[in-house]
Amino acid sequence: MTPPPTCLQEETLPMPDSVCLVGCATGFSGDRTDGAPAVVRSLIARGGGTLIFETLAERTLALAQLARRQDPEAGYEPLLDELVGPVLADCLAHGIRIVSNFGAANPPAAARRIAALAREQGLPAPRIAVIHGDQLDTPAQRALLRERLGARLDEVEVVSANAYLGAHEIAQALRAGAQIVVAGRVADPSLTLGPALAHHGWADDAWPELGRATMAGHMLECGTQVSGGYFAVPGLKDVPDLHDAGFPIAAIRADGSFTITKADATGGRVDALTVKEQLLYEVHDPARYLTPDVTADLSRARVETLGPDLVAVHGITGHARPPELKVNVCYQGGWLAEAEISYAGVQAEARARLAADMVSRRLGDALPLRFDLIGALSILGDDAGRRLAAEPDRQRRDVRLRVAGEHATRAVAERVLREVTALYTCGPAGGGGVRTSLRPRLNMMSCTIPREAVASGWRWLEEAA
Amino acid sequence: MSAQDPHSVVVPLYRLAHSRTGDKGNTSNISLIAWDGDCYAILRHAVTGERVAQWFGDRAPTRVTRYDLPGLEAMNFVLENVLDGGVNDALNLDAHGKSLSFHLLDMPVSVPAALAARLPDIPALPPDPPAQA
Repeated sequence: MTPPPTCLQEETLPMPDSVCLVGCATGFSGDRTDGAPAVVRSLIARGGGTLIFETLAERTLALAQLARRQDPEAGYEPLLDELVGPVLADCLAHGIRIVSNFGAANPPAAARRIAALAREQGLPAPRIAVIHGDQLDTPAQRALLRERLGARLDEVEVVSANAYLGAHEIAQALRAGAQIVVAGRVADPSLTLGPALAHHGWADDAWPELGRATMAGHMLECGTQVSGGYFAVPGLKDVPDLHDAGFPIAAIRADGSFTITKADATGGRVDALTVKEQLLYEVHDPARYLTPDVTADLSRARVETLGPDLVAVHGITGHARPPELKVNVCYQGGWLAEAEISYAGVQAEARARLAADMVSRRLGDALPLRFDLIGALSILGDDAGRRLAAEPDRQRRDVRLRVAGEHATRAVAERVLREVTALYTCGPAGGGGVRTSLRPRLNMMSCTIPREAVASGWRWLEEAA
Repeated sequence: MSAQDPHSVVVPLYRLAHSRTGDKGNTSNISLIAWDGDCYAILRHAVTGERVAQWFGDRAPTRVTRYDLPGLEAMNFVLENVLDGGVNDALNLDAHGKSLSFHLLDMPVSVPAALAARLPDIPALPPDPPAQA
């Protein structure tokens, strides 16, 4: 037990750590949209903080770009109203800032929509900042991409080209008094590092602090993946009230170290196991986790359980940021055709295998095909079919054949759908339940470019184009 | 210790550890997190990068790297070119390879019988009874 401090000690002690709270209410576009209210209530109960929404997986941005081509006011997160609407009044009333990449391919339009939401709810106009510079569409930038990616760039129809921005523009906007910051492509952990940087005022090269707070962002960026989501294995790792798992909250101290908890009065769990799983999620070399802001080093990380649903992460540090920024270029990737048909009972697996053989012979070399026997082998096999060929018929009695193929030409891809549909009458006995789908594909290539080639910054909504 | 050792038993990895997969492009990372220090000691010598490369042989990874994280009693496997091109190119239903962690957890390893006795387990079901007339 620590003795009570004397007056002298009290005077010479530094101010207690001022903690920056960040709660995250979505982990991707398509996540649950009901997470934010409990996070906001928990932030208010703890005296304030920042609410973030991560909504931008690698291809989401290209889809948003396609939407913007159809409608100049589209191209941001389609569920924006559902995410922000229910918490906007409470956030503005209690000083909870909102930071998100839900601007996708059109951050100014997302910001205008939030301003309209505030008007519709009779709220005072929020101070909204819009981050710009991630979209690489000037002739000089395209020439640079051509230099980095080579001739393969000439052969494709580019849909989107975006650099991953970091936390600095977000931090600057927050320091200038933004209540809401709308970004497009920024690195996911930078959504958390931005508010932490604004709060603690670290130097640009405070690598250990930036590294630690970046990993706090990494813990939050997938929503409930750190608080019980994507974790449950009945009998091995059970999660209470998984249907209502609470979204996570990080408390980031002045040295960047952090604790993880979750919204109050929710399901889910935060403990050493859930924190370790998320800490290593999508990590390659743990000593070199690269973001635009820092090279984070979690090779010596440790976790400490402080209480129910409260875990501290220690031992993280950081090193100098990578010299260049990562760029994703998405392009039209032809057509993906998928078709399925079911077989049941005696020789079901043999009939499904016979149907696969028929389709393979009839389509020949027209396009690359993959066959799966759902109920027998449909996940662990390879596209080349080596494993399926090696796997003996185990006489499974409830099997669904899936055929997938892709081709640059729609009409060729469509042949997969027609051949599987024709199995109704021409294939093995008793095939049923044909479903078909034909979708355009988006493919991606990546490179890095010098930071100077990217003109990033932020503007107030009123000044944003 | 070997499989022939009367004091050892062969168990699947899921009795010793938990795991999660992540993906970036055509590369998969699979964490393997021990339940405790005793389990971690087994993983460190039994689950080598070579063994993992073999276990995922059908997916033909071009390289498998194991990173050790002793502070977490965990390791991180990075399997390169294992996703048939990844989420944008593969024809697999699970183009992200999200389910690969559970394939790793089926890998058999030899452990001391005394340790096995206290590890969590999922009891196997009895075989299906013959169909009733």
